[in-house]
Amino acid sequence: MESLINILVVLTLLILGYGFGRYAERKHYRHIIAKEQELAHILVFPERIPPPHLAGSHSALVTGSVVISVDYFKRFIAALRMLIGGRLGSYESLLDRGRREAIIRVKQQAADMNAKAVFNLKLETASISKGQGNTIGSVEVLAYGTAMIDQVSS
Amino acid sequence: MLLSNIEIIPGRRVVKHLGLVQGSTVRAKHVGRDLMASIKNVFGGELKGYTELLEDSRSEAIERMTQQAQAIGANAILNIRFSTSSVAQGAAELFVYGTAVVLE
Repeated sequence: MESLINILVVLTLLILGYGFGRYAERKHYRHIIAKEQELAHILVFPERIPPPHLAGSHSALVTGSVVISVDYFKRFIAALRMLIGGRLGSYESLLDRGRREAIIRVKQQAADMNAKAVFNLKLETASISKGQGNTIGSVEVLAYGTAMIDQVSS
Repeated sequence: MLLSNIEIIPGRRVVKHLGLVQGSTVRAKHVGRDLMASIKNVFGGELKGYTELLEDSRSEAIERMTQQAQAIGANAILNIRFSTSSVAQGAAELFVYGTAVVLE
């Protein structure tokens, strides 16, 4: 009887995770694409030294970070996948969303300062909490760079 | 205090290098937020409480680094790098470091 309840709990969590997780991911991707288009005028470079025509007369550090978690269903699938190895699609989309969101926040901060470009963009990923076993619970993605601000426009 | 993660400030010259400055903070998660986060862990998505917590901690680390730089007479910090590491279960260290310089 007790094991039956346990199975029911896990099944409920799986169904909830699948339903809400899919919905949340689609919503997040729509948000990401809309924001990326809105902030397309801010250029982001991993180059260290800005070329003279993009170097602003003013510069400031900009950061963007996000802590994002994978849903129960995807974590379950990933745990199964870890038995045989191979590509973990559910974590790929998690990290993709995290990185794009962090870059969007950097761009947003740069846009608020009237900057036109961000140089030396660095991305860093840290796992914040571990789930059962050695599965990843949630990850933090941090993006940071130096915004080039034109004195004239600010 | 000017903060930048590139080695130069366009249009300004570095007069003096004052060496490495650093700031760090170790934070544990809040129980209430932890509960919310574990609920959110079922559904997936952004854990806003943690994002805010880490943002706050990061600005505190930057604040500490800036104070250190001010104490040695710098007016800018260049080549800033961030790093996050989980020290123990449920606690994270946020570390920031850079080169303190005097700009003309």
